Amino acid sequence: MRHIISILIENEAGALSRVAGLFSARGYNIESLTVAPTEDETLSRMTVVTGGSDRVIEQITKQLNKLIDVVKLIDLVESTHVERELMMVKVKTSNETREEVKRLSDIFRGKIIDVTSASYVIEMTGVSDKLDAFVAALDDESVIEVLRSGPMGMSRGEKGLHL
Amino acid sequence: MELSGGEIVVQSLIDEEVEFLFGYPGGAVLHLYDAIFHQQQVKHILVRHEQGAVHAADAYARSTGKPGVVLVTSGPGATNAVTGIATAHLDSIPMVIISGQVGTPVIGTDAFQEVDMVGITRPCVKHNFLVKNIADLAETMKKAFYVATTGRPGPVVVDVPKDVTDPSIKIPYVYPEEVVMRSYNPIIKGHSGQIKKAVDLLLNAKRPMIYSGGGVVLGEGSAELIEFSKLLEFPVTSTLMGLGAYPATDEQFVGMLGMHGTYEANMSMHESDVIIAIGARFDDRVTGKLEEFCPYAKFIHIDIDPSSISKTIQVDVPIVGQVTEVLREMIVLIKSSNIVMDQKALEAWWSQVNKWRDLHCLEYDRNSDIIKPQHVVEQLYEVTNGEAYITSDVGQHQMFAAQFYHFDKPRRWINSGGLGTMGFGLPAALGVKLAHPDSDVACITGEASIQMCIQELATATQYRTPVKVINLNNRYMGMVRQWQEFSYESRYSESYMDTIPDFVKLAEAYGHVGMQIEKPADVRPALEEAFAMKERLVFMDFLTDRTENVFPMIEAGKSHHDMKLRSPSDKELS
Repeated sequence: MRHIISILIENEAGALSRVAGLFSARGYNIESLTVAPTEDETLSRMTVVTGGSDRVIEQITKQLNKLIDVVKLIDLVESTHVERELMMVKVKTSNETREEVKRLSDIFRGKIIDVTSASYVIEMTGVSDKLDAFVAALDDESVIEVLRSGPMGMSRGEKGLHL
Repeated sequence: MELSGGEIVVQSLIDEEVEFLFGYPGGAVLHLYDAIFHQQQVKHILVRHEQGAVHAADAYARSTGKPGVVLVTSGPGATNAVTGIATAHLDSIPMVIISGQVGTPVIGTDAFQEVDMVGITRPCVKHNFLVKNIADLAETMKKAFYVATTGRPGPVVVDVPKDVTDPSIKIPYVYPEEVVMRSYNPIIKGHSGQIKKAVDLLLNAKRPMIYSGGGVVLGEGSAELIEFSKLLEFPVTSTLMGLGAYPATDEQFVGMLGMHGTYEANMSMHESDVIIAIGARFDDRVTGKLEEFCPYAKFIHIDIDPSSISKTIQVDVPIVGQVTEVLREMIVLIKSSNIVMDQKALEAWWSQVNKWRDLHCLEYDRNSDIIKPQHVVEQLYEVTNGEAYITSDVGQHQMFAAQFYHFDKPRRWINSGGLGTMGFGLPAALGVKLAHPDSDVACITGEASIQMCIQELATATQYRTPVKVINLNNRYMGMVRQWQEFSYESRYSESYMDTIPDFVKLAEAYGHVGMQIEKPADVRPALEEAFAMKERLVFMDFLTDRTENVFPMIEAGKSHHDMKLRSPSDKELS
């Protein structure tokens, strides 16, 4: 099953490699990983999307907690949460297809953030399924480049992951 | 007090009351070595190879409970230390390893003797630090000792670039009294609800077992373990790492469990209905085939490390906490409980356990006219009154030592259990002897293992550490040969050493006493003679049976109750 593990970690050199190294050394898979500093610049927030049986996920969270730099973590899937992923897609366009691609982008609430005579760059956020659906709806031939951030998420309600 | 970076490192060791610093100098740590030169409190032990430094410091830690401290230079000095660091990591030994690093301006430029020590050691340390700023040095040293020695202990590397130790840059020195890390808070006290549940389970057990591990030694829980076990009168087994925490000569002790554990220990585990694992981690050398491990048992598991719990075996009552704290709480609960134990069932259980015992699974041919390795260990046990500190290397001799030297006290059995590092024994013996100069220290080894760190014989000469080397010399890598005999139709691929040095001359060349013992009748007198030489290192080369095997044995992939026992014909193998 898919799990989203959200980690609060000391914003120090090498912290990312400790997490990444743990996953590779113990044979856990990482579907995606995003990381950036938080409002408190001494802390980074990392979101790892991973998969595995309940036992594997339990070990992953325990092993992550064991890392000295990890301050706190939660598995977002254990409670209700919101998640979003950012995607940019560069699409080939021609006079015949420009309108059609624009319309499709609008349907998915995408934004066109770069335009040339032969291409668009479309920005889109949403849950991963929606982004998948948009890419699938495009003509394969027209897609030049797809760039995805990997999902990040927060639990619903007033509780949060902080010190 | 204004100090340079090099002085800060050394002063912090003094403030940590470090007795010995095991190390080897080199370019990146020259400033540090100059700071060492100017003080008397920390005694530096110059080894002959960095691996030896780490093993010696590691064994110092294992035998005292205090952290072992190492200093190595950058590059090859650092990489040579890695095997030792990994050894300490797998056995959770508290250590601080200071490694030199090239200067900060050249980090990342493939400078002379540069390796990414933090990167290389990341998977085999509890934590590591690269100190890029002299202002962080004292606090980082404090953190290193704090992390290494608290919670589940482990090695911590502090990588110090050369310019950070520059003698011309001095700053005010204050060593922090304590350190708080928001991301690191080891759990001490167990969950009382879980502890109560565990006690109920134990008191209602019909075929209970106490399975004790290295965590009891590391957590100083021996006294509590004994009180707890005596209160319940349950059979006690121990892992290789836990030997000594419960007295081996006590009636309730059924021996070590696992691959070369006793028949009674493994069978008791297999048939048990309630098992309490205390500071043990269900290692694969203990469980054998996981699916068939202890099929009737409910498990209680006490461990300070949450990630040890339910890693391989799903447990029923997990308790995260310090072993002493949890056991003390359990003892109080047991004493005040009104649950009546099923004495009849327990009597029947003990009589079953004793039936397995009656098989005498460790018995070997005592009439052989070739020296049996077991005989040597038995005689060593008697000659040293079971009081010696025993270090070992890795292989058959290690198992014979574990089986035949009956450890009654914790921290007397010093071996590389997790990583299985050949070459550990000799430097380890030196570390132990430095810590316990008035005690007998013996290194039980084999002719293959001993050659992996033999250069430390010179260190022993320099620091006059009169340990006794018990070399069980069968001319084979015995354990490899044994597996080849059982699993590869006796194709002894590369497990025979065609040339073996004359160990007597070798010992003498280093300034020690060498002995070669060929006959079983000479074993005892030779040991007595050697241990009478209190001031000398004696290298005892015992020419032992080439074909002796370690029994009992759980073969790879087999279940833990499916044990290979010594058959009468095995005696004739030679």
